[in-house]
Formats: sequence, structure tokens, C-alpha cells
Amino acid sequence: MDAGTKRGLVALASGALFAIGLVVSGMTQPANVIGFLDVTGDWRPALMFVMVGAIAVNAAVYRWVRGRRAPVLAETFSLPTQRDLDARLIAGAAIFGVGWGLGGYCPGPGVTALASGSLEAVVFVGSMVAAMWVVARIEKR
Amino acid sequence: MDFVSFGWALAGGVMIGAAAALLLALNGKIAGVSGILGGLVAPRRGDVAWRALFVVGLLAGGLVAFVVAPERFDASGAPALPLVAIAGVLVGVGTRIGNGCTSGHGVCGISRLAPRSIVATLAFMLTGALTVLVVRSLGGA
Repeated sequence: MDAGTKRGLVALASGALFAIGLVVSGMTQPANVIGFLDVTGDWRPALMFVMVGAIAVNAAVYRWVRGRRAPVLAETFSLPTQRDLDARLIAGAAIFGVGWGLGGYCPGPGVTALASGSLEAVVFVGSMVAAMWVVARIEKR
Repeated sequence: MDFVSFGWALAGGVMIGAAAALLLALNGKIAGVSGILGGLVAPRRGDVAWRALFVVGLLAGGLVAFVVAPERFDASGAPALPLVAIAGVLVGVGTRIGNGCTSGHGVCGISRLAPRSIVATLAFMLTGALTVLVVRSLGGA
């Protein structure tokens, strides 16, 4: 098997494990997400532990990755290079947060929930992807 | 307190972290779902296949999970469909402007202790919580 095929299988497996993790943690139920964000109301803090678990594992592997010149199956690491804490970053994140709190879906759980055929997931992902496409078109000009 | 859901959240988080770690250590890529989708709506030559396969993996993992535990996709906590559509637009625009979402900034970025991701995560958590507060005080979903 060539490296490209292996990389493709890794991407597929990573996506599948990612989705199952989202479902196991409860992220694909908007009520859980909205309950987690409802800090001044009937707060349901459990989803905090999604971040705790994910960051613990990923940070441990990142320490190992940092000591390497290249990933196992590719030539280079594609890591973000931007450093500036600008208004664009904060405005974008703030807008995302409003949409997240409003709908109870972020991108991963939205796409994963498409598999259930729920109309909410279809509408959410459809409008999200359309908006991403429009932003990309505007920025290309 | 509901220790069962804490356990599920932690277990799911570990899976999400392992999925992101797999993609980073083997392929050298960041498992940020909005970034992966963003690269599909504005494709660049040679940078499409792994993104598409990751998304196929998300859908396949979602499908397996849906067969095993359909109740985990309960969308009844989401607001009315027009609001879901608005949420999707805000998530699409916000994540492209802010270069990431809960997975890219919240999991991968914080694992690397990237200041941009820490700031972005605080910003979307804050506006997400404020949004839930406002929606709840208006008597909505």
C-alpha cells in the first residue's frame, strides 16, 4: 500500500473515531450543548469533560509530535502559523459562539448528525456550508 | 449530579482526542472540522482527498452510532428550523472568519497551547453562554 492510500485510510478512520467520540460524549444532542452553555440557568457541566478528555490525549501526543521532524506518513506537519490575536479572530469566534448557542450544533456534531437524517442537522449543515462557500468567494476577490 | 453522563463525556472526549492525535501524528494534519470543510468549499489542488475522506469517516461513524444508539441524535433540543438555519449561517461565517471551531481551536489548538486558540475558545464559550441566556430570557428554546 502506498503512503497516499495509507494517509487516506488514516483520514477516514480518524473521521469515524471522531464522530463516534462526539456521539458517545453527547455532543450530537443540542439539548446537552445548550444545557452546557446555560451557565446561569440549569447548568449541565458534563460536556466540559469532553474537552478535558480530548485535550489530555491530544496534548500528550502533541508533545511526542513536537520532537519529530515529520509525521509518520507525510513529509511535513501542516500546523497553523498565524500568531496575531487580532479583531478578526475574536469577531469570528464570537459570531461562531452565537450560532453554537442558538442552534446547539457546532460543525463536527452537525455533520455527524446528518447520518441520523434529522431535518435539523440537514438544515444546519446546509446553511453552514453555504455560508462558508460565500465567505470563501468574498475573500477570493 | 449525573456521573453517568460525566463518564460518557470523558470517554467520548478521549476518543475525539485520539482521533485528532491519529491525524496529527500520522498525516500531520489538524482535525478541525470547520477548517476541513472550509478546504472543501474552496478546494486547492492536492488538498481535497484527505478532507473528503475525513468527512466520509464522520458520516460513517455517525451512521454506525445511529444504528447502535439512535437516541443520541435526539434533535428536540434544537430551536425551530428557521433559527437552526440562522445558527448554521453564523457558525459557517464565524468559523471561517475566526479560523476554527470547537475542534480546531478548542481541542487541537488548546492542546498545542496556541494563544490564538485559547482566546478564540474563551470568546466562543462566552458568546455561546450569553446567547443561551438571552434566548432563555426571551422564553425561547
